[in-house]
Amino acid sequence: MIGIIFLAQTIRIAMPYFFAAAGGVVSERVGIIGLSLEGFMLTGAFCTVLGSYYSGDPWIGLLCGIAGGMAAALILAVATIRFRADQVVAGIAINLLAIGATRFFLRLFFNSSSNSPRVVGFGGEQSAGGLFATFGNPIVWLGLITLPVLGLVLYRTPFGLRLRAVGEHPQAARSLGVSVNRLRYIGVILSGALAGLGGAYLASDQHQFTDGMTAGRGFIALAAVIFGRWDPKRVALACLLFAAAETLQIQLQGLQLVPSQFVEMIPYVLTIIALVGVVGRASPPAALGKME
Amino acid sequence: MSSGSEAEVTAIGSPVGPSGGRRDRLAAALLPPLMALALAAVVGDLLILAFGEAPREVYRLLIEGTWGNAYGLGQVLYKATTLTCTGLAFAIAARAGLFNIGGESQIAAGGFAAGTVGFLLPAAMPALLAVPLLVLAAMAGGGVVGAVPGALKARFGANEVIVTIMLNFIVLALLNYAVSSHLHVPETLHTPEIAAGVIPRLADFSSTFRGSAANLSMLIVVAAAALLWWYLFRTRRGYELRAVGLQPDAAEYGGVRVGSVWTRAMIISGAVAGLGGINYVLGYKHYYEEGFATGSGFLGIAVALVGRNHPVGVMLAALLFATLSQGGLAVNALVPKQMVDVLQAVVILAMVTSVPEVQRVLRAGLRGVRS
Amino acid sequence: MSGAERSPTSAGSGPTADTPLADELAIRMRGITKFFGAVRANNGAELEVPAGQLHALVGENGAGKSTLMRILSGMYEPDAGSVRVDGRDVTGWSTASAIAAGVGMVHQHFMLVPTLTVAENVVLGREPRRGPSFDRARAEREVNELGASSGLVVEPGRRVADLSVGEAQRVEILKTLYRGARILILDEPTAVLSPPEVEELWTVLRRLRDKGGTVVLITHKLDEVMAISDFITVMRSGATVSRIRTSDTTPREIARAMVGREVALAMDAIGGMIPSPASGGDGSTTTTTQAQPSLRGTDLLAPVPAAPPALELRAVSVVAPDDARRRLLDRVSFTVAPGEILGIAGVEGNGQTALVEAIAGLAQFTGELRLNGRDVAALGVRARSDAGLSHIPEDRQRRGLILDFNVADNLILGRQHHFTSGPSLDRGRIAANARQQISAFDIRPPDATLPARALSGGNQQKIIVAREMGRDFSVLLAAQPTRGVDVGAIEFIHQELRDARDAGKAILLVSADLAEILALSDRVGVMYRGRLVTVLPRAIATPEVLGPYMTGAADNPVDELSIANERATPVGRPRDGGRA
Repeated sequence: MIGIIFLAQTIRIAMPYFFAAAGGVVSERVGIIGLSLEGFMLTGAFCTVLGSYYSGDPWIGLLCGIAGGMAAALILAVATIRFRADQVVAGIAINLLAIGATRFFLRLFFNSSSNSPRVVGFGGEQSAGGLFATFGNPIVWLGLITLPVLGLVLYRTPFGLRLRAVGEHPQAARSLGVSVNRLRYIGVILSGALAGLGGAYLASDQHQFTDGMTAGRGFIALAAVIFGRWDPKRVALACLLFAAAETLQIQLQGLQLVPSQFVEMIPYVLTIIALVGVVGRASPPAALGKME
Repeated sequence: MSSGSEAEVTAIGSPVGPSGGRRDRLAAALLPPLMALALAAVVGDLLILAFGEAPREVYRLLIEGTWGNAYGLGQVLYKATTLTCTGLAFAIAARAGLFNIGGESQIAAGGFAAGTVGFLLPAAMPALLAVPLLVLAAMAGGGVVGAVPGALKARFGANEVIVTIMLNFIVLALLNYAVSSHLHVPETLHTPEIAAGVIPRLADFSSTFRGSAANLSMLIVVAAAALLWWYLFRTRRGYELRAVGLQPDAAEYGGVRVGSVWTRAMIISGAVAGLGGINYVLGYKHYYEEGFATGSGFLGIAVALVGRNHPVGVMLAALLFATLSQGGLAVNALVPKQMVDVLQAVVILAMVTSVPEVQRVLRAGLRGVRS
Repeated sequence: MSGAERSPTSAGSGPTADTPLADELAIRMRGITKFFGAVRANNGAELEVPAGQLHALVGENGAGKSTLMRILSGMYEPDAGSVRVDGRDVTGWSTASAIAAGVGMVHQHFMLVPTLTVAENVVLGREPRRGPSFDRARAEREVNELGASSGLVVEPGRRVADLSVGEAQRVEILKTLYRGARILILDEPTAVLSPPEVEELWTVLRRLRDKGGTVVLITHKLDEVMAISDFITVMRSGATVSRIRTSDTTPREIARAMVGREVALAMDAIGGMIPSPASGGDGSTTTTTQAQPSLRGTDLLAPVPAAPPALELRAVSVVAPDDARRRLLDRVSFTVAPGEILGIAGVEGNGQTALVEAIAGLAQFTGELRLNGRDVAALGVRARSDAGLSHIPEDRQRRGLILDFNVADNLILGRQHHFTSGPSLDRGRIAANARQQISAFDIRPPDATLPARALSGGNQQKIIVAREMGRDFSVLLAAQPTRGVDVGAIEFIHQELRDARDAGKAILLVSADLAEILALSDRVGVMYRGRLVTVLPRAIATPEVLGPYMTGAADNPVDELSIANERATPVGRPRDGGRA
């Protein structure tokens, strides 16, 4: 029983990572650095609450969340693909924009500087916890299949083949008549949709928007992408690993075995270790961050 | 392709032709920031209108609340001091071809080091000794955090963008652990007050600045900016640092050890960010508090971009962003101060999308206007 | 006007172009002009190729061959002129429509995605599907079938990153064939191939031609042209200068057309790319039939100078950074004496870059390296420079200059630690140095505050030459010192090199331009596949002798003993002393 509760909680915590990390894989596979996942998620979360609040329907909220993530991604895509803006700086700017804009519109729509009113969500009440609350939520099922499906798309479809080619060697893809920039737009916007979905999950899970509610989850997702070496299967495992560590920390909170801050660090420390090459070198898509 | 690309690089890469005079070069430097500000103004108008207010009135309040009175001015100077440090930190790393996204944790580490060493000092220590000591502590704190990504980049080629971002979380968690588990004053999230090494506030000299946080740290920071300018543009090390940033292969050919320069640049960058910690810890509250500089690390990126990675430009840009930030508070009654956060992001985006083709069109337009 | 009357004038050889009617032509390009910024890469170039022909497009580096073919394959749009393929006007078409029309190009630098498999690379952009998914089995089957029918056998499931260069090239050709290419363009396909691989390629191309395919082969190697082509188009300075049936011409005639009359010296050099016309493709035993130049006087047997060599390498090896088993430089040994120019000839990519970078301190190596008798293997770039080593790097825009630094700052690069007072740079001395070098080396415009980027290629190179030769040095590494610079600058730089030699400097000259090597060197070495396969005194180093070494047909790695003998060349001999 404890095992199942642990699993359920791990999956719930992993959910936003699954979505955002899937977005990160897609974006980085077409060569655009996934530094804005955090911003996409935050935008998605806000738009979800906005949609749910005004429609009363969590599904409409969900769609709004996806659309919000895509809109934020579109800005990044135009800046980096059309105008060849530096990806790192543009990516950071999108995050700042998301923080600022959600705060601004929080004031504008809900006249609050901290949180929105409660809105409808999926599944049971948060307090119910446990199995039903987790697996009664349809987005959870969506989240569980996202990375496996992405794996199939990447490795088993012509579209995936082209995505991979664009991120590795855009000139080669272009010389074969593959429309490189179109695929980059698709990749970044898809990444926004997925990360927006992650934000939507967060918002509907908590039934409200709070300022800065993504709290670095976009960067943990990016860490999972790097730690999982851009491979959906490994990335999914990385997300689960990071989520399990958090769950463990929450469950053991009373025991004070390890300070919670040290558990929080795990994804970040592992990512740096992966970058340094101790656990097998993480080699990113060759054209990542470069515009020829 | 070889013959073609060479020509293209020359054509696109140099906004200034061989005949380009000083005036053209100045225009090339100033145009993107001006363009970015213009775009920010447009977005600002839209946001203000969305809130049903009159842009003109909001801007008037914004100026009045910042440069219009001593308190506002003091706050602007205070905020600009912090932003100058994080901006310079980003700028010097960028001059070496590196992205230091770790300003957030470096300034926190600097403030933490100054605060911790500060309360351990004997109270009797004279300020002339204590202040330099704590300034060095702040720089060392930030420098250590900066050294890690620099060394990992030099040794393993680890991407400094990712490492600095990850380090932000790690360092902030460590500091949080240190403060909340060991060093905090009960019921608070800050350390005890420093025993010595307080930097006087402007209000101590002139009561018109009463209430504002502005303090003499700004002089130390201006001196640091001047020193950095000298280092970058007047010393051999600065020459080598800029060479590495522009063309690492050519720098290596010129006998420069690229990895050492990366490490050195990141240490300096971290130290300068860390220096920003004294503004709050020594000059304002006299203790380290969690989150005292939240956001200033990222904003430093915007400051450096608008200031074109030049120490003088960075100081001017810091004043600009500090004005926006303080001005946001001044107009909060009319429109949410969060509007300023949006505008800052817009400025960054506009700066990085000011590609040569856009610039060329604009310059041609300007020339048309002038003649 | 049909194509027949407009056979471009040739440079003296008077080709008889029996041009077929325009509508029988697979390719007809007329009046093609293409600018890159101010550089005119093509200037009214023409190309006519009937279907079923193996056509060689020849010319020196920079003659505009690749640009012309990229226009044909849709990568570039011409600024003027028309392109017809199979009688249809396709001027300015896209890569995609060129592929659709059956035009495929194999680039000099492979356009392959290393992380994908052979089959994935071949079908990319035109993948076989089964339902929504990629039909990998069918892709691999089709690649196998295509390989069997064309003779291009590669295991379809292997990752491209694991392939040899020759295999990778087969994949490139398979890519075009998979797309139904009937017109195949190959850009310098043999530059990276070993002789047996070249033979295989010829077999494949002939088979394609015999099946009715059209092949355009870009090359500057005349032995290849004679071995494989049916017809030849010669380009010079962006324009077409000659169109000749291969069986009606001689290498010497082609060479003259390639180079033009104005470069008198280059005749020998171009001849060097010609083994004998009779040798065809097998180029194995060709040298003996050539007339040996007379070995005048007793030059060769002069005693070894007593002075220690200024530069000495013993068994220097460099391995590839990504693969420790692959040697970029393989146990190279030689010496260069003061007052001597040792020229290193060879097809590019045979280890010359690794050689220069190892000596300069830019690449890790094993073996011994001595500068004026002193072991400098452990020293860094700066210390070697201070020990008297100057270096004109092969890639001036990447290595040799900081393009955004001004001329004055570029004139101290690598010497910056000598222009200091304390930690500061001594701006006064830097400015004085700039003034002096700008006037001594005639750098134009004479403005030390301009960014190096703003100067022409020739003047950029002069900055480097001024910096490296306008100082105290004993050994100079000159890698491709005149590549891509104008004629005036070439002359100037050549004279500087001769003057330095005469002043007692030791110079290692690495150049892909055999004419340059022969014009300047006292001894000539040839590199092939990372090894120094021979070092010969200039007197006997004629193109005919060097050619087989450069193509790997002759192999005689230099051992310790022969170094001693070959160093016997005296100093200051007239540069054309080897010519009978």
